[in-house]
Amino acid sequence: MATFRQNVEATIPALRRYARALTRDADIADDLVQDTLVRALRSEHLFHGGEVRSWLYTILTNLNRNRLRSLARRPTLSPLEDNDAPDLAGPEAGGRDIDRALATLVEDQRNALLLVVLEGLTYREVAEVQGVPIGTVMSRLARARVQIKAFLDGERPALRRIK
Amino acid sequence: MINRNSPVTEDELHAYVDGELPADRREAVARWLSEHPEQAAVVAAWRAQAEGIRTRFGAVAEEPVPARLAIDKVMRSGGASRASLIGIAAAAAVVAFVIGGGAGWMARGASAAAPASAGEFTADAIEAHKLYVVEVRHPVEVPGDERQHMTQWLTKRLGYQQRVPDLSAIGLKLVGARLLPGPTGAAAFYMYEGPNGERYTLYCSKVPAGDSALRFREGKSFAAYYWIDDKVGYAVSGADDRAKLEKVTKSIYEQMERNGAKKT
Repeated sequence: MATFRQNVEATIPALRRYARALTRDADIADDLVQDTLVRALRSEHLFHGGEVRSWLYTILTNLNRNRLRSLARRPTLSPLEDNDAPDLAGPEAGGRDIDRALATLVEDQRNALLLVVLEGLTYREVAEVQGVPIGTVMSRLARARVQIKAFLDGERPALRRIK
Repeated sequence: MINRNSPVTEDELHAYVDGELPADRREAVARWLSEHPEQAAVVAAWRAQAEGIRTRFGAVAEEPVPARLAIDKVMRSGGASRASLIGIAAAAAVVAFVIGGGAGWMARGASAAAPASAGEFTADAIEAHKLYVVEVRHPVEVPGDERQHMTQWLTKRLGYQQRVPDLSAIGLKLVGARLLPGPTGAAAFYMYEGPNGERYTLYCSKVPAGDSALRFREGKSFAAYYWIDDKVGYAVSGADDRAKLEKVTKSIYEQMERNGAKKT
């Protein structure tokens, strides 16, 4: 079915962007995308309609979860409160701040935030990708924003008061 | 229902930032924010975060796609990435369960003591599950599309007629099979895969113990149902979704029951 493949192909740039933001590592990100494509193409016959794009985001999100589990990386497991003030070695470039802020998020919160603000998915689509009710997506989003704000405020105390 | 004077909730502020509010409510929230500078500053901070994330990663989607991700290449190779570590998500905790429906489908609490050999059998099954579900390139020895060869080979090696359950009705494709060591000789290991890459495995072999009812066992990254019927032990392992594992188990159990009735 050509349209299925075309839809998959058209989504690759967005999947790379999402994976890059999830992993903050270009090689790991492209590995994730490759595995996602392999899975998707191999399972084409099991895809029964719906949004190809959401389905691909779902696969990639799940593969990344498995990757993190197998690495048992700390940042994804650390609770929200476990956020000591980041070392104040001095403000870094904005991009690095964002990287580090994302790294402090709990995985589900990071996924939700990135799917909404970077990938432009609706709350409903994110709920499908994460397999949870919309209310859960919204609370993950809210917590992610609180956490990032706290991180960035702590990172750059001089800017805290700017309105 | 949507009253422009009704109080603004935090959910609405997020929906406002993310463009998920209906137009009339959007205006009401904007007006409310103009009178609440503190909340307006928070909303501005959320917007700045989103902008920062888009600035940082947005350009990735504009980059040319690397050759190894070209769809033709992926389709031809069918290979997974070098660092691929694909596993299965952890299962929800469950101790006792009841599955309605099929005759002979029994439910027991986890406290029901299993024979020691059944424990060993299940441990082998779970080890195999954990070892092979993460494999991308070589998850099985005989691929699922060689079902006939697979059945003959494993029947010969295990010493009793193999019947490979068909789970396509519940959306699972047979990835293939392996021959593995079991508690008293050879064991057969079948792997199935769903549309989102979730994998389930069936491990079976002859066991010395007598029949046992269906039991459930789980760990940090797996869950398994197992039972012994007519000196053959079965263990269905998976994760991800307990309801799905039950469904998978039930389908396998019923197919084995049907075959068992025909066996003699």
